[in-house]
Amino acid sequence: MTRTANLKISFSDEQAMILDSAKDFCRDKSDIATVRSLLKTETGYKADVWTEMVDLGWTGLSLPEQYGGSEMSIGAAIPLVESMGRYLLCTPFISSTIAAQAILRGGNDAQKHRWLPTMIEGAIGTMAILDNEDWGATRIDCTLTPKDGDFILDGIKLQVNDAAVADIFIVLASANGVPTLVVVNASQLPKGSISNKTLVDETKRASNVDFSGVTIKPDAILANGAEALPDLRLIGALLTAAEATGSAAAALDTIVDYLTTRKQFGRLIGSYQALKHPTVDILLQMDSARTFIYHAATLINDESLDKDTQIACRMAKAQATDALLFAGDRAVQFHGGMGFTYDCDAMLYIRRAQWAQHQYGDAQHHRKLLAPLLLD
Amino acid sequence: MTERSQVAEHKDAESAELSDFRKGVVDWIKHNTPADPGFLLPQTFMEVGSEQVLDFLREWQYKVWAAGYLGMAWPKQYGGGGMPRLFQQIADEEMRRARVPICFNVIGLGWAGPLIIDTGTDFEKETYLKGILTGEDIWCQGFSEPNHGSDLGSIQTRAERDGEEYVVNGSKIWTTMGNYAKYMILLARTDAQAERRYNGLSFFLAPMDAKGISTSPIQKLTGEYGFTETFFTDARIPASCIMGEEGHGWRIAMQTLQYERGAEAGAAGGVSILSIVINDLLKMAQEVERDGQPLLQDPITRDNLVKFLIEEHALYLGERRVGIPALCRDYPNSLALSGKLRGTEFFRRMRQYALTLQGAPGSLYAGDDQAVDGGFWQRAYLNNFSTTIGGGTSQVQANIVGEHVLGLPKD
Repeated sequence: MTRTANLKISFSDEQAMILDSAKDFCRDKSDIATVRSLLKTETGYKADVWTEMVDLGWTGLSLPEQYGGSEMSIGAAIPLVESMGRYLLCTPFISSTIAAQAILRGGNDAQKHRWLPTMIEGAIGTMAILDNEDWGATRIDCTLTPKDGDFILDGIKLQVNDAAVADIFIVLASANGVPTLVVVNASQLPKGSISNKTLVDETKRASNVDFSGVTIKPDAILANGAEALPDLRLIGALLTAAEATGSAAAALDTIVDYLTTRKQFGRLIGSYQALKHPTVDILLQMDSARTFIYHAATLINDESLDKDTQIACRMAKAQATDALLFAGDRAVQFHGGMGFTYDCDAMLYIRRAQWAQHQYGDAQHHRKLLAPLLLD
Repeated sequence: MTERSQVAEHKDAESAELSDFRKGVVDWIKHNTPADPGFLLPQTFMEVGSEQVLDFLREWQYKVWAAGYLGMAWPKQYGGGGMPRLFQQIADEEMRRARVPICFNVIGLGWAGPLIIDTGTDFEKETYLKGILTGEDIWCQGFSEPNHGSDLGSIQTRAERDGEEYVVNGSKIWTTMGNYAKYMILLARTDAQAERRYNGLSFFLAPMDAKGISTSPIQKLTGEYGFTETFFTDARIPASCIMGEEGHGWRIAMQTLQYERGAEAGAAGGVSILSIVINDLLKMAQEVERDGQPLLQDPITRDNLVKFLIEEHALYLGERRVGIPALCRDYPNSLALSGKLRGTEFFRRMRQYALTLQGAPGSLYAGDDQAVDGGFWQRAYLNNFSTTIGGGTSQVQANIVGEHVLGLPKD
């Protein structure tokens, strides 16, 4: 029970350069006017920005050189994703990065060679994991049944991120009770199988996807999918945490801007401690989240996640989404009447917060899973 | 394991020199930690309330210094070790881990000493530094005044130049070890007419044995002692004990507070506060039952404990992140300036929760034979307020962070 906490955190000059250039890129491509202009569009992102990200090598950053990647670990994606969250820059990057990790960690050599190079070149992947509202569910409703040497999928997966633009789906299905990850090409889906959802966060896109009747060749079943699945959930949690941390900082900046310009009762409202102190609290919460995402980025590698890394990812998710919930909530309140309007940017952050907490499990889910790792 | 992670592993490993050093410290601690003296030892340097405790801690600090584990990074010519800071950090880590008694002369070791090293004259270094390390010269701090707790700009204690002396009148409060100290870092007003009230202050390294200085112990909420109120009645101190120039006191005081808040390195080291971590709380809660079940099986208790563990982990990891400039460029100094606020508030809440977890024995106190760990947690919780109030209350700390890191306007 008595354990010594792992306190490793490091950041190389190379990572520092990645962080700087990612921040510059996201700031340039995603000012608030651009973010707002994309809210009602079909895909929610600009295709040319995605192409630029592919050209910069971001889609291959966390993949091995032999498939065309940069030979870094998934930790290298943290500064990218944090910067995207900071400027609310949405593309399928996060969805696709997790899907690529699914193939890297769950696939055999042939499967990696088949899919990773195309994903590095910009083919979009996404995870189809959820069957119901429960991220902690042990039951999988979507089934995989043998038929004539192949397999048939049956079931609807919920809230599949970026499904409408995805080329490759990593689908979690139950093969006679055994959790299995299979790869489905978008071209295999019958017309009408993707139904778009209305999300609280209008910068994001997700759909329910009906995979019923799709034929799966044996070579499209990821060889080590069941083993990789827990790690993929943690990587999803970590990337969401990184994005949420960036968004919490953006919410903080929005609050600080208002507190240093808006006057009431003859004073700048930031001089009131009733507003000043909770704003400092947001900073502290965000800073803790930031510490955790880079701690997790330091520990994580291509191996299966050890106990310390699991702890780091779960702490990051719990801390980051709680920090963003708090920041988004206070951002609205501190803008007063203005905060109640759609024109106020606080709206973007409070909505992002509700969305982010439910990606890969909310804070309580992760704390519950931390308890046996830390207390028993 | 991939090649690149092997490289990372290697970089993380402590060099042979450092790990040999660490082994030496551990070994020394094993053979030199004093036996339980049979009286309650202070958990912090603010709890030295009797001669008996003082003598014990003085002897211990001397022993640590004589062994070469205190002031390791201070200049050799003034009693230090002249070594890289890392060695002191390792020694401190091991002393903290082993729960050895504190190095009590903290105002000297942590604040006056680094200030003198960074800005003092050769004479001041020669005169003061070694005595701080050996524990022979106890230092206290005269900043706070009755009615002007955290607001140092409002200091009323006057110091008027009279020939080769200053004549000091006024009073200070919360003087840690004021009744034992040989020197005080004293902030006093030398120019009552200064246009900006900060400009009229000066900083002194004042001898406490000067005629006209008297102290009166303050009984704390724990029932123990450790602080005094200090009175100056036409007290005459040598003019030469002013630090820097007259009227520059505010700037020097602010620099001193930076050491106190941990934003500046330079402290001589040693353990100044017994560290109490969640693992201690978990150990305490191990045998406790609630509603007929082991307490640690209760889901709400588990969630609360995990929340504390997350907070504790963030605190210690954050201290490491401070050392990575590329991860501190946004909101510069936020981690450094918020360290005191974050740490002291966390410990306050964690210790309060420890008493909740105890169940009925949580209502007992030090001195009762059934109090858990002799009332350790009760004392720890109540004494913790010295850290959330002293050195600028948490509320003032939040103002500092809000104004200096986020650029929010002053009140």
